[in-house]
Amino acid sequence: MMSENKNEVWAFFASVKLALFTFFILATTSIIGTVIPQGKEMDFYIQNFGAGTAKLFQVLNVPDMYNAWWFVSLLVVFSINLMVCTIDRFPNIWRLVKMDNLAMDLERIIKMPKRQAYSAEMSVADLNREVMSVMSATSWKFQSAEKDGGTLYSAQKAPWSRLGVIAVHVSILVIFLGAIIGSALGYKASVMITEGRSTTAVYAHDGKSTPIPLDFEVRCDRFELDVYDTGAPKEFTSDLVVLKDGKEVYSKSIEVNDPLQYGGLTFYQSSYNAYENTYVVELENNATNVAKKFIIGPGREVKWPEEGVAFGITNRMGPGFMGRFRHKIWFNDANGSPAQFWMDEGTPVVVERTGASYNMKIRQLYATGLQVTKDPGVWYVYIGCAMMLLGLYVAFFLSHRKIWLYISEEGAKARLHISGTSNKNKLGFDNDFAALTDLLENNESLKLTKE
Amino acid sequence: MNSSQLLGSTTFIFLLASFLYIGIFVFRARKLGLIASLASLIGFLVLTAGIGLRWAESYKIGIGHAPLSNMYESLVFFAWSIIIFYLFLEYKFKNRLLGAFAVPFAFLSMALAGLTDPNIKPLIPALQSNWLIAHVMTCFVGYAAFAVACGLGIMYLIKDTNVEKGKEKNPDSLLATLPALTVIDDITHKTIVFGFLWLSAGIITGAIWANSAWGTYWSWDPKETWSLITWFLYAAALHARFTRGWGGKRIAWLAIIGFVSVVFTYYGVNYLLSGLHSYGGS
Repeated sequence: MMSENKNEVWAFFASVKLALFTFFILATTSIIGTVIPQGKEMDFYIQNFGAGTAKLFQVLNVPDMYNAWWFVSLLVVFSINLMVCTIDRFPNIWRLVKMDNLAMDLERIIKMPKRQAYSAEMSVADLNREVMSVMSATSWKFQSAEKDGGTLYSAQKAPWSRLGVIAVHVSILVIFLGAIIGSALGYKASVMITEGRSTTAVYAHDGKSTPIPLDFEVRCDRFELDVYDTGAPKEFTSDLVVLKDGKEVYSKSIEVNDPLQYGGLTFYQSSYNAYENTYVVELENNATNVAKKFIIGPGREVKWPEEGVAFGITNRMGPGFMGRFRHKIWFNDANGSPAQFWMDEGTPVVVERTGASYNMKIRQLYATGLQVTKDPGVWYVYIGCAMMLLGLYVAFFLSHRKIWLYISEEGAKARLHISGTSNKNKLGFDNDFAALTDLLENNESLKLTKE
Repeated sequence: MNSSQLLGSTTFIFLLASFLYIGIFVFRARKLGLIASLASLIGFLVLTAGIGLRWAESYKIGIGHAPLSNMYESLVFFAWSIIIFYLFLEYKFKNRLLGAFAVPFAFLSMALAGLTDPNIKPLIPALQSNWLIAHVMTCFVGYAAFAVACGLGIMYLIKDTNVEKGKEKNPDSLLATLPALTVIDDITHKTIVFGFLWLSAGIITGAIWANSAWGTYWSWDPKETWSLITWFLYAAALHARFTRGWGGKRIAWLAIIGFVSVVFTYYGVNYLLSGLHSYGGS
């Protein structure tokens, strides 16, 4: 048996007053974190707000207020309120959804605020038949029962629309569940991978960059920075390859807004880092179609013994158009004297030699900056979001509408009562109801007289 | 003819339309009604053409994207949403007096756009996403509804000064021509409901976009936080009405306060607070 005390606690958490109060407190306290910069060092707060205030900030964890105990407690109160409120109201809502409209008290039905009564010059049996044939042309599906000597018909639309509000409330809890799963079982990390290199660990965003080992290897084969004429970045692209036990199992070219997903982790293109004075040279022998990639610095001779080629960067000009450099290349193979020429970053050239030609391309060496997220809760969040939109639509734009017809014999006359009710959008229901009464009144075979 | 000329001219069309609607109200010049409606319809069409042309122009200069990416473009789209939402209400409720309280918001938005840098700018990588379009559209449809709800709230409070115990104090007064308080109250509520659905959709599309761009659907960025504050405000208004039967003056005030929060979320945050959405400040 529930104690008096427990009932009080339940009533407190089930109240809309508490919901309104929590909305208000959450809204006003949320402002703090938008005004006071978050996640700064203690020195910042001391400098800007003074030592005393900074101390208070520390106690209340204002620098990370959305994770502070008191803010999280508010969210917990909000969730409990939501849960208790929903459980508290559900039986009543369910009763209305499941209600047998034919079992209702006849007095109540014919005294609905929305009603109309008619008499007809025909037998009760004929009126029953005619009315139902008129109604069969409408979208209302009637059920009937004998009641107090007459016949009661009832039809309803969208009784389940009453559950919309429950769906919205539950959706918020589902979103919270997703957020909790995400923060308990997931993590946020990042890693920089130099072109041509790979990584088997990422570094957590926990303030200490704790390495998190991966059970696979991620390699960056290529990074490309595309810029607008203004020099502003247009797109960063990384060709990523996932290796398991040294074997390539998955590859994808990622850009901002298009991440790679593998093994429960998502790798997002987030930044890049250019290596000063280090370049990627791609060289291909056009006769043999053998190609190789070299990572080089300036002023150093690079050898490709298999093809008998040696080359190097001897000078550099720039940066010029779109922040790119020109490089002076020294190039030699087995035939003839060494060639010297200028080439632009990113623009391929063909090096013609006696008896051979080579395709050559030079570009800046980059490390790609990847944001790494493990969030097993994100699908719960998405399902919650979808549920919320659907629930809001149902709760606001659909209504539970009911219509009753009662046909009886009163003083040798056949009489027809029509009444109806709607839980929302009374104006829209007025139109529905008027359409039905018009249909009845204008029907030639019925010849109804309004009472 | 280029898009800035078209868009610039709508500022004046909306100003004219605002004057006409206010004129109908102040001088009871019902004859002006058709001209006012026509002006806002023309303004809407010119604005639509301007937005379309700007879209095409961005492709012509090689940085093609939907014109929804910066403060200028969002203000223009805000005006567009307000005017289409208002025209819908005018058609549905057959009442032009609403115009005096709604169309000026479209003019104000265009006038503010006029003070903002109108150049078509290339998109940074994070903005190159279809979620940008979904996010901006859903948010601004919601914002437009809240702007109109605010206008209706003001209308309610003005009308209320002439009503006592359900009767007009001065039946010859200008205010007597406004729709009945219960009607204004009903439209305000419906408009808030409509806006709330779209605001929710706007926050959700923003979260999905953020998750696809950098793996965090919610980061308590000032703009996100302010959108949530706004959401709480309207959620409170709806709960107060559904469960406690709030209406009339209280809902009118909530419509106004809610819109102040919308304006701060949309405009104030960019200039006063820093964060992911701070494109407006630069």
